[in-house]
Amino acid sequence: MKLKRLLLGDEALALGAINAGLSGAYAYPGTPSTEIMEFVQGHSGARQRGLHARWSSNEKTALESALGMSFCGKRSMVSMKHVGLNVAADPFVNSAMTGANAGMLVISADDPSMHSSQNEQDSRFYADFALVPVLEPSNQQEAYDMAAYGFALSEKFRIPVMVRLVTRLSHSRGEVEAEEEMGPENEFHYPAEKRSWVLMPGNSRVRYKELVKIYDDLREEAETSPFNFLKPGSDNRLGFIASGIGYNYLMELFPEGLPFPVLKISQYPVPEKKVAELLEMADKVMVIEEGQPFIEKMLKNEAKVIGKLSGYLPRTGELTPDSVREAVEKALQGTLTLPEPEAVPEMVMPRPPALCQGCGHRDVYSAMTEALKEFESPKVFGDIGCYTLGYLKPFNAIDTVLDMGASITMAKGAADAGQHPAVAIIGDSTFTHSGMTGLLDAINEDSPITVIISDNLTTGMTGGQDSQGTGKLEQICLGLGVAPEHLRTIGSLPNNREEMKKMMLEEINHKGLSVIISRRECIQTARRHAAKKKQ
Amino acid sequence: MKTDIILAGVGGQGILSIATILGATALKEGLHLKQAEVHGMSQRGGDVQSNLRISSNPIASDLIPLGGADIIVSLEPMEALRYLPYLSKEGWIVTNTVPFVNIDNYPDTEALMKRLEQTGRVVAFDMDATAKEVATPRSSNMVLLGAATPFIGLEPSIIEDAIRKTFESKGEAIVEQNLAAFCAGLAKSETVKK
Repeated sequence: MKLKRLLLGDEALALGAINAGLSGAYAYPGTPSTEIMEFVQGHSGARQRGLHARWSSNEKTALESALGMSFCGKRSMVSMKHVGLNVAADPFVNSAMTGANAGMLVISADDPSMHSSQNEQDSRFYADFALVPVLEPSNQQEAYDMAAYGFALSEKFRIPVMVRLVTRLSHSRGEVEAEEEMGPENEFHYPAEKRSWVLMPGNSRVRYKELVKIYDDLREEAETSPFNFLKPGSDNRLGFIASGIGYNYLMELFPEGLPFPVLKISQYPVPEKKVAELLEMADKVMVIEEGQPFIEKMLKNEAKVIGKLSGYLPRTGELTPDSVREAVEKALQGTLTLPEPEAVPEMVMPRPPALCQGCGHRDVYSAMTEALKEFESPKVFGDIGCYTLGYLKPFNAIDTVLDMGASITMAKGAADAGQHPAVAIIGDSTFTHSGMTGLLDAINEDSPITVIISDNLTTGMTGGQDSQGTGKLEQICLGLGVAPEHLRTIGSLPNNREEMKKMMLEEINHKGLSVIISRRECIQTARRHAAKKKQ
Repeated sequence: MKTDIILAGVGGQGILSIATILGATALKEGLHLKQAEVHGMSQRGGDVQSNLRISSNPIASDLIPLGGADIIVSLEPMEALRYLPYLSKEGWIVTNTVPFVNIDNYPDTEALMKRLEQTGRVVAFDMDATAKEVATPRSSNMVLLGAATPFIGLEPSIIEDAIRKTFESKGEAIVEQNLAAFCAGLAKSETVKK
């Protein structure tokens, strides 16, 4: 029996995995991937079955745990945002070398247009050099179907499978036909082939040869994949290669049916024979793909091929039905035109996001900016989270933001160069994600930096997921070796601002490492907890 | 039928509950639906929108093309104007007139109302006041849904069923408040519509 439901792309993929016999989900929260784990956590069948569905400290630990589960014969998945894959890059690339013993999905959600990210990197490039196959759903139903398909593919070739999502699928709802029953889990079993799981050079050299062969087989597999198809057309002036959700924007332009030949690609490696067939067929071929020009780059020596690199489609930002329309019109010299849309009235002002009223980060920034007024050239090294908004008005308090955890290590490097004051500001979840190791570097050299951990007891920006360091931050800092007299704690409250300022001044003036933990629960999660109590 | 709707507002105002109710309605009616939302950073008091497409035929794109929206449904007047490029020439704007001022350069309210009027096909009134009158101030999004209903192409009675179902876990009183707000919005829409 199948049931129709409305699901986000993230949720459809998670449900597909649960119904395909998933045994464990691992993740670190990150927009637009967060709802995958949240769906597994909220699924009553998954809870009854006791499926593993807890947040990990970061994407690297999550991926390694998922691989450990696969080693024991159980189906696993790990989900993250695209930049999370940078953190997990080491185990990801090497998991192709060990191979998978049971179906394993590595879900990476890209964020073209940077709705909530610092770059537009395209996860397909990682899979390409790791020699890992990729599934790229174009709609919610495919996201659901690809979970079971991906597990089977992973088990057939004994290799992890990447599922690449993009914001507009992750966070778009559509109807999905789904099984009502959860399929059985795998039996616990160890890999038959044991050598490849120990990646010492001798074993790796043997395995790498095998992996290259497997990748050739995967290319053959992609030629006959149900998700890749070549549909001939009646008009061969133009042909299309459309991948993932790029296919939808193309179809949107031709509600009565596409007159041109199209190759839809949703499984990689790129099916080269099908591409050659299309190139044979059409006078010109436009590549429509969300993200960076991955397929187009492979075909850059083909004179017929047009797309992002040749300026038909924008090189940055996500695709839209309008940018695709414009590109197709340009290629066909204007046969699809629409009337000019109205302009946005001039009186409409930008409305940037801001820290919530009553948020504890506000108190930290108020005290910090006051304290730093006493110095000639203070620099504040920021990090990733709600408190990144301290860059904007009214605080304008941050000089750098790079990646998860970089506040501490960049402050250290700046101090090494002679910068004083060098202040790092980092949230609790980001600290346990990637701040702890950098702090150890600073401790070992007693670097003259002041690290402010603005602890709101949650992972706030992504909607309030559990934070791995809650209740443990002081012990972690002391355990790493922070001097007890320079580990200070205070409540992030308006009434404490003077005291916070005083504390910050004292520690900035200390010629060595200090950590100030400023703590108050996120007001969003506090409200939720209060409402729950009332019920 | 085919209706393309832009839902607009400020992060935290609650446009997504409107989307949830219309989604449930569409599913029950056997219609196709796509609804793209915004999560993450902009939810912190920034401008937010959702593209909601309902159709009796399968829908290709998750996003509405420029000039393609049949209605802009907004909880905030300036936010309604932000999406004007997406409104079709025959499209309507249905918006709350209560400004949400969290920026220092918010435009002059009188000029804003005038500009809204200029768009021609607009239903704009103080939905907070209507909500307060018949239910609670928090139900202004249901007033908005009611006001938008004549333009959506779905029967009010089936939307009412979806409202009932969406709020039923919160108790009968909450259901009744939301229904009252919806009906008041619907009635007012018919009188304000020019």
